[in-house]
Amino acid sequence: MNAALDVRGLTTRFDTRGGMVTAVNDVSFAVEPGRIMGLVGESGSGKSVTGFSILGLIDAPGEISAGQVLVDGTDLRTLAPDALRRMRGRRVAMVFQDPMMTLNPVLRVGDQMAMAVRVHDNVSKRAAWDRARAALDTVGIPAAAERLRAYPHQLSGGMRQRVAIATALLHRPSVIIADEPTTALDVSIQGQILAEVRRLADETGTAIVWVTHDLAVVSSLADDICVMYAGRIVESGTAEQVIGAPRHPYTRGLIDSVPSLHPPGQPLPQIPGSTPQLVNLPSGCPFRPRCPRATEICATDPPLSGTDHPALCHHPLTEAPA
Amino acid sequence: MTLLSVSGVSKRFSRKPGILGRALDRITGESSAQTVHALTGIDIAVPRGEVLGLVGESGCGKSTLGRIVSGIYTPSDGSVTLNGKPVARMRGGNVQKLTTAVQMIHQDPFASLDPRMKVGETISEGPRLHGLWSASEAQGKVRDLLEQVGLEGAYANRLPHQFSGGQRQRIAIARALAMEPELLVLDEAVASLDVSIQAQVLNLFMELRQRLNLTALFISHDLSVVRHVCDRVAIMYLGRVVELASAADLYDAPQHPYTKALFASVPTLGTGRAAFQPIEGEIPSPLDPPPGCAFHPRCPFAGPRCRAEVPALKPAPTGVVACHLNDGGTELGKTAA
Repeated sequence: MNAALDVRGLTTRFDTRGGMVTAVNDVSFAVEPGRIMGLVGESGSGKSVTGFSILGLIDAPGEISAGQVLVDGTDLRTLAPDALRRMRGRRVAMVFQDPMMTLNPVLRVGDQMAMAVRVHDNVSKRAAWDRARAALDTVGIPAAAERLRAYPHQLSGGMRQRVAIATALLHRPSVIIADEPTTALDVSIQGQILAEVRRLADETGTAIVWVTHDLAVVSSLADDICVMYAGRIVESGTAEQVIGAPRHPYTRGLIDSVPSLHPPGQPLPQIPGSTPQLVNLPSGCPFRPRCPRATEICATDPPLSGTDHPALCHHPLTEAPA
Repeated sequence: MTLLSVSGVSKRFSRKPGILGRALDRITGESSAQTVHALTGIDIAVPRGEVLGLVGESGCGKSTLGRIVSGIYTPSDGSVTLNGKPVARMRGGNVQKLTTAVQMIHQDPFASLDPRMKVGETISEGPRLHGLWSASEAQGKVRDLLEQVGLEGAYANRLPHQFSGGQRQRIAIARALAMEPELLVLDEAVASLDVSIQAQVLNLFMELRQRLNLTALFISHDLSVVRHVCDRVAIMYLGRVVELASAADLYDAPQHPYTKALFASVPTLGTGRAAFQPIEGEIPSPLDPPPGCAFHPRCPFAGPRCRAEVPALKPAPTGVVACHLNDGGTELGKTAA
C-alpha cells in the first residue's frame, strides 16, 4: 500500500546562542492509511519538532535543512507558501497538546469550525455549520448542535480536545499529526479519546502520527512505533516488536523503568544520567554515556541494522531479523 | 501508632459576588454566591512509617487535602491532628512548629526553587530560620543532604538553572528532608519528569523511606506509580474518599465501580492494542455536584437509591468502600446489575 505520509531524511536545525542544534537529525518513517504511528521520546528528543517540521511550522532561528515530506506523493517541502497553506488543514492537519491554545476564546465553536471549512471549500455558512456538526458527531460529542453555539471556556478540557480533533477531521485529511493530545487530560477522559481516535483511524483511513512521551499510551493505541533520542529515530517497528522485543538499549531502558512491570516496592531499573543537551552531544551514539552496553566503538556513528525492525546501534539487544 | 489523623474534614471555597453581582442579587432577590465543595467528610488515619497514596482525577480534592494537612489551607469543618496535636487551628508559634513537622514536595521543580538562590541557600534557609542549624554547621549539613539525594556536595554553590528537572526534584527533596519532617506531602512529585528520570526519583524516595522511616502522603494521578511506592491507597472522587484499601488488595480486587472503571480505562504497557475500556461521561463540576452518590451519572450499576442518598464508607471484603452496593460481604457489582 502507498504511504499516506512518507518522511525521508528530515533534518531541522536551530541556530542558537550556544551553537547549532540539530533537533531533528535525518528522520525517516512512513505511515500507511488507517494506521497510527506512535512517535515516542523524552523531553528534548525532537519528537514535537518532527511534528512541526512535517507541516513546515518552523520559524527562525530554526530551519528545515534537508529531507522530503511526501503526503499522498506530494512533497510539502517543494511547495510554494500558498500551495503549502492549501495543504495544511485540508490534507495534513495537526492537533496540539493544549486545546485552549488552538481554539479562539472569543468565537463560538461553530463559527471557528465553519471558518476552517470555508478557508478551503467554497460553501455556504449553513453548509459549513452542518459539516462542523457532523464532525462533532464523529468524535462522540453528545448534543453537537448545542455545543456548536458554545464558547470554548464553556467546555471541559476533554470536550475542547474533541473539538480540536473534530476540527482536524473537517476536511477528511490523509494525515493528522497529534502532539501529546491527551497529556493534559484526566485518565478516564484520555481513555475515551484514545478509543475514539482508534475508531476514527480504522473507519476513515486517516493516517495518524501520535507524538507522546507515554509508552503505555502508544502500546495500546499505535500500530507502529518510532523511538526518538537526541533528534534521531533509534528504533522503529510494529508496536508488538518495539514493546515486546526492543532492540535498542534505550528502548529497553525506557520500558524497564515503567513501574507497573515490577513488583511493588522493589527498586526500579533506571537509566543513569539525564537526557542530553543537544548543544553538546557526544560523538557517535548520543546514548553512549548512559548505555550499559557501550564500548569504544560507540564513539563512532552507529549503523542502522535490520530492515523489518531497524535499530540504530552498534550493539543491539537482538540481531537483525532475517 | 497513628501519626496523622484527619477526621470529618470538609473544605468549601466560596466566591462572593462582586459589586455588580450584589446589585443584581438585590433586584432578583437571589444569591449569586457560588460554593465549591472541594472536600466533604474526609476521615483518614496514617500510622507512622506508612506511605498513603491519594489518587483521583482533577477536581477530586487530592491536592486540597494535601494542602490542609500541610497547614496551607484551614478546613471548613473537621480537624487534623499530627501526633495528637491539632494542625488546622494552629496559630502563631505553633504554626512554626507545624511547618517544620510537615514538608511538601511540589510537582514542578522549575517553579518550586528560587532561581536566584544558590541551591545550598535554598536547602539551609528553613533550618536556619527555625534555629535547627547554626551558621557554622549549615555548610556541612547541606553537603550531607545533597549526597543523600544522590548529588555532589559541591553543587551547593550552583543555581537551579544549572540542573536538569530530575536533579531539581532531588534538590526539592533535600530541602524537605533538611527540616527533619515527621510527614512528607508529595503532590504529583514525579508527574513532570521524563520516564527514565522518574524511575531514578522513585528509587531515591523508596530508599530514603527505608532509611529514614518516612511517613508520607503520596498524591498522584498515576496508578502504576502509586502501586509501586504506597502501602495503602485512597481513591477520591469529587471531594470524597470512595475506596481505601491496601495497595495490593486495591489493585488485585478493586471494589468501587469508579475504582474498577478507572483501572480499566488506563492503558498499561504490554496489554496490547486498545485493551482498555473508557468510562462514559464527564467528571461533574464541583460547583454543582450531582445529588446522592457523585459517581451515579457515570456508573453502570446506579439505582434509585444512588441518585438520592450519599453512600457512607463501610467495611468491604477488602478495605472500606462508599457504595450502596457494598453490603460488606460479596464482591461489589456481582449481586447487582
